[in-house]
Amino acid sequence: MADPILKVEDLMKSFGGVVATERFFFDIQQGEFHAIIGPNGAGKTTLVAQISGMLKPDSGRILFDGQDITGLSVAERSHLGLARSFQITSVFRHFSALQNVALSIQARQGHSFRFWKPAAKDSSLTEPAMKILSDLGLADRANVLADNLSHGEKRQLEIAMALATDPKLLLLDEPTAGMGAEDSARIREFLGGLKGKYSMLLIEHDMDTVFSLADRVTVLVYGRGIATGTPEEVRGNAEVRAAYLGEDDAAHA
Amino acid sequence: MELTRLKCWLLAIGFVVLVAVPPLVTAMDETFYITLISRVMIFAIAALSLDLILGFGGMISFGHAAYLGLGSYAVGILAFHEITNGWLQLFVAIGGSAVVAFIIGAICLRTSGIYFIMITLAMTQLLFYIGISLETYGGDDGLPTDRSEFAAFIDLGNEWILFYLILGFLVLCMYISWRLINSRFGMVIRGCHENEARMQAIGFPTYRYKLLAFVVSGSMCGIAGFLLANLTEFVTPEFMHWFRSGEIMIMVLVGGMGTLFGPVVGAFAFLMFEEIISGFTENWPVIFGPLLVLLVLFAKQGVWGLLPKSKAGDG
Repeated sequence: MADPILKVEDLMKSFGGVVATERFFFDIQQGEFHAIIGPNGAGKTTLVAQISGMLKPDSGRILFDGQDITGLSVAERSHLGLARSFQITSVFRHFSALQNVALSIQARQGHSFRFWKPAAKDSSLTEPAMKILSDLGLADRANVLADNLSHGEKRQLEIAMALATDPKLLLLDEPTAGMGAEDSARIREFLGGLKGKYSMLLIEHDMDTVFSLADRVTVLVYGRGIATGTPEEVRGNAEVRAAYLGEDDAAHA
Repeated sequence: MELTRLKCWLLAIGFVVLVAVPPLVTAMDETFYITLISRVMIFAIAALSLDLILGFGGMISFGHAAYLGLGSYAVGILAFHEITNGWLQLFVAIGGSAVVAFIIGAICLRTSGIYFIMITLAMTQLLFYIGISLETYGGDDGLPTDRSEFAAFIDLGNEWILFYLILGFLVLCMYISWRLINSRFGMVIRGCHENEARMQAIGFPTYRYKLLAFVVSGSMCGIAGFLLANLTEFVTPEFMHWFRSGEIMIMVLVGGMGTLFGPVVGAFAFLMFEEIISGFTENWPVIFGPLLVLLVLFAKQGVWGLLPKSKAGDG
């Protein structure tokens, strides 16, 4: 069997006396859609930061596609094919939508120590960027400054920039953050379309999104993974009900 | 970066006016203006070079006068040792500025925010005091120097020729900057300004790009220093004083940060204002200060930024 695309082994991270990640193990298989859920303060953000390389774990290993990436920088991980979107919309606000995506394309085309040719007229950047925007239904917004896009469009652009780096694994940090029901449903549909094309790790609050899309779900509580399994298994897990879903949700389930 | 038609016209007119300055003021018997405008253009180059990292790269360097000083000392010290070849002096001015910018940048870019500002300031003060302690080269009295010698037909002893040489360098630096900020490299630098964390997430090792931008900026300011020494025929540690760094920064602010031609406009506005108002009162900063505050409050993008923009954002 092929290596899992991501394998996290015995990850530990604490801030002073607060343990944010405690002996955390998990893996994502090639092509899998894996979701991590957990109540506020469970350590989801810290976990994302360690997987993406913004934070160094105190101990433990992170393997990406069989390679130990624990010591690599954010940029190096990105080059290996680990792309992420941000919980707080993190687009280049003063660039057009097209320029935002073109920057991601530029990043994957090797170094950018090229000083003379205008990037805006470089079809090897603009054409693939335009294609990605078209696929997302944002083609007619290509020349709009990112700042002037609607919140939902910004969230889509956020994912488009991650897709444009040609990733092997997409790390999506609360893609529906701050969205109304209608926009959330649109993103859900969009993510459903990506399912199977990319290995994906979804960090999410929105239960509808998680339970309708994920192949497997890992539940994180106080920095520890208390359960991993299919959505049905996790829903039926007594410990998860007690710790996370709460009595009310358990009654509905 | 597309320019609106209005801005293209303004640039063209500005260029034609500059070309016409020497014959015009000579005819009016006010040759003093040749020196003044030469000085303005030199500071325009310095401000433009600062804007590359300040306005486009978001690196608030409060020590840009360092390279003004280095460029001028390259002329002064070499001339002191009777090396007056202009090409060689220019090479040393640019190369020396690049090396020092690399060292300062490599250290400062490990920090950010207020720390970056303070360390760039401290580094430049260090150079200022080194300048003062160089007794051989005049210490804090400065060092009179001869103008650089190029081939016979570029005789810098002629104020007209020096003027056009400076104008040529200004146009060249503007053109290089324009190519640079629109290139792939420029997109990376501007991206780092907007959102460095995101740049790293999409795969850019940002440090090395910012460092190179810092070196390019310092080298360009080194050219301004080279020209300044030639204009004043004198080099002094004062060129590296933090006050000078502040003036260059104000020129960028006045003209418009993150625009290509704003710093040039800013240098003109600042130095011409100083020239005119100081004719009435030596306390000219009392008038200039409040004006600057108003400008920063009500025209954040400076004078050039008040002009209408093209849709896609421009220079």
